[in-house]
Amino acid sequence: MEQLTQDFLRTKKLPHIWCPGCGNGIVTAALVRAIDRTGFDQKDVVIVSGIGCSSRAAGYLNFNTLHTTHGRALAFATGLKMARPELKLFVIMGDGDCSAIGGNHFIHSARRNIDLNAIIVNNHIYGMTGGQHSPLTPAGKKATTAPRGTLEPSFDLLELARGAGATFGARGNAAQPRQLEQLIIRAAKHKGFSVIEALSPCPIAYGRRNKLGGAVDMLRDMKEKSISIERAADMDETDLEDRTINGVLYSVDAPEYAEAYYHSIGKDIG
Amino acid sequence: MPETKPVLMQGNEACAAGAINAGVRFYAGYPITPSTEVAEQMAARLPEIGGVFIQMEDEIASMAAVIGASIGGMRTLTATSGPGFSLKQENLGYAIMAEIPCVVVNVQRMGPSTGVPTAPAQGDVMQARWGTHGDHPIIVFCPASVYESYYLTIAAVNLSQKLRQPIIVLLDEVIGHMREKVLIPEGKLMVERSSDKDVPADYKPYDEKGIAPLVPFGFGHYYHVTGLFHDQYGFPTGDPPQVERALDRIHEKLEKYRDEIILTNYIGHKEPRVAVVAYGCTVRSARSVVKKAYWQNRLPVGLLSLQTVWPFPAKEIEALAKKADVIIVPEMNMGQLVGEVERHACGEARVVPLNRYDGEMISPDQISDEVGRWL
Repeated sequence: MEQLTQDFLRTKKLPHIWCPGCGNGIVTAALVRAIDRTGFDQKDVVIVSGIGCSSRAAGYLNFNTLHTTHGRALAFATGLKMARPELKLFVIMGDGDCSAIGGNHFIHSARRNIDLNAIIVNNHIYGMTGGQHSPLTPAGKKATTAPRGTLEPSFDLLELARGAGATFGARGNAAQPRQLEQLIIRAAKHKGFSVIEALSPCPIAYGRRNKLGGAVDMLRDMKEKSISIERAADMDETDLEDRTINGVLYSVDAPEYAEAYYHSIGKDIG
Repeated sequence: MPETKPVLMQGNEACAAGAINAGVRFYAGYPITPSTEVAEQMAARLPEIGGVFIQMEDEIASMAAVIGASIGGMRTLTATSGPGFSLKQENLGYAIMAEIPCVVVNVQRMGPSTGVPTAPAQGDVMQARWGTHGDHPIIVFCPASVYESYYLTIAAVNLSQKLRQPIIVLLDEVIGHMREKVLIPEGKLMVERSSDKDVPADYKPYDEKGIAPLVPFGFGHYYHVTGLFHDQYGFPTGDPPQVERALDRIHEKLEKYRDEIILTNYIGHKEPRVAVVAYGCTVRSARSVVKKAYWQNRLPVGLLSLQTVWPFPAKEIEALAKKADVIIVPEMNMGQLVGEVERHACGEARVVPLNRYDGEMISPDQISDEVGRWL
C-alpha cells in the first residue's frame, strides 16, 4: 500500500482540500488500488475530471491528469481517446457535473459506447458551492436552493446510461470500498462505455441540512441500505423500497466506438 | 518554392485543405451554416489519411474534444459560426489558460442570436477578442480571399503549435462560400514543432522561461492540465505573485512573437491623404476602389488590409495615422474595430466609420463615395 501511495499519489500535493468525513478520499483510494490491480502501465493511464469536489482528485493522482471545465470531462476525454485509443481513461465526475451540466455529453458518450470509464462520485449535492440540489438529489431532500425540499424527481443514473447505450453499469459506495475497487477493475477491463456510480457521503453540505447525522452515520446508513444485485434478484419491490442495489447491474458486448472508427479507416488499434 | 497547381475552390474548402496541409489530423465539430462545408471536407478527407473526424453532440463538446485530442498530440481544428462560436467560448478560454494549441474557425454570419444565418457580417470581431471571460491573449486571422483562407489557416495551425496558443480564423460568409483560384503547393506546409523528444526528466509544461514543448499524454511525463491558475508543473495555485506572473507570461509570448503574428498589407499612395483600413471580405471592395483611385487616377489614396485583427496592429495604424489625414474604416457591423483604429490613431488622423449591417456586402461604390468626400 505504501508503494502504491508513492507511485500513484502526488504526495507533495497533500493534504487534500476535502472536508472531514468526505467520501472522496475513499473513492479515490479505491480507484488507485483498482488501477494497480488492472496492471495497466502507469504511462498509459489518464485521469480526466470535471469541476467540483471529487474532480479535484485528478490533481492528487500521479498520472497524466486533465482537470477540465464544468460538465465537459467526457467531451475532452472523447477527443483524447479518439486521438490516442491505446490510452486508458478514467473520468471522475460529481453528480451535478455529470448529470446536469454534463448530461448531454454523458448520454452521447454512452450512445457511442466509447471506451471510457466514467466514475460518478454521487454525494447527492453540489458540495463545492456549498450545497445546492443536483439531478441526483432525492426528491424531498433539502438543499440551499431547495430550502423546503426539492420537488424535482432524481435521475436513476445507471438506467439513464443504459437507455442511452452504455454497455457496463455498476454501483458501489464509499462504505464498501473493496467492492468499489472490484467494480472499477471490472469497468476498466470492459471494452465500451462503463459507468460506475459511487455513492459517497457529504456530511457537511448534504448530511447536516437533511439531519442524516455525521460521516459515520451516513456511511453506516449507506452500508445498511446497500443490497447486492444477486440478492435483490430474489426480492420483491416492496422489500427493495429504500434499498440501493449494488454491483454490476449490466455488462453487455457491443461495438466500441474508437475501435470501430479506426477499423473503418483501415487501422488496427489492438 | 514547392511547385504549385491552380485549383478552383471555395473559402471553406480552402480552409479545410490548408488545415490538412499543415498537419491537422483531428476535427471535431457540429453542423452550422455557413461553416458546414469545412466539416464536410474534413469528414471526407481525414479518414483517407488516417485522421479522426468526429461530429460531436454540440459546439461545447466539439471544442472540448479538440483540446483533448491536442493533448493527445494531434493537430486539431474545429469550425463554427456565430451561435456556435458563442458556445465554444468557455473551452476556448480553457485552451488559452492551459496553453493547448488548436485552431477555431468562425465563419461569421449576421447576428445577434440566430440572426440571418445565410447573410454575411463582420459582427464577431469583438467577440473573437473578448468572448471568453478574463484577461486573455488571443490571435485572430481574418482572410480576405480564398487564397488567404488557405494560407492563413496554415499559418494559424503552425503558429498555434509554436506558441501553444489557440488561434481563431475569422472567416465570413462571403469568403467562406465564394469560389476562387488558389495555388496549392505540392508538398506539405507543416512546420514541425520544437522537439518533444529532448525533454528533461524535470519537465515543466509551463516553464517560466518561455514556451515549453507540449509533451502529449502517454509518454511518462505525469503533469497536470487545468483551467485553474497553475504553477510551472501545472498544479493549481492561488498565490498572488504566481497568478500575476502566469497571466503576464501568456500575454508576453504574443508580444515576443509579434512580428510573426501581425500580418498586414498596404497598397496605394506612399503618402495617402485618405486611407482605408479593412479586413475580411470588405478588403475586396476597398481594394477595387483604391486600385482605381491610385493606379488609374494617381489620387493620394491607400488601403491597409489587416490579415491579423488581434492582437491589434497598433504600430501599423500609428504609422498610417501620421501620414494620412483621414482613415476610413468600412465594417459590416455597427462599428467594432473602428474604435481600436481611433485609439491608435491618437488624434493624428480623423477616423471615419463606414458601416453596413443589413446582411449585404459593403459595395465599392459606398467606399468610393466616402473616399471622395474626404479627398
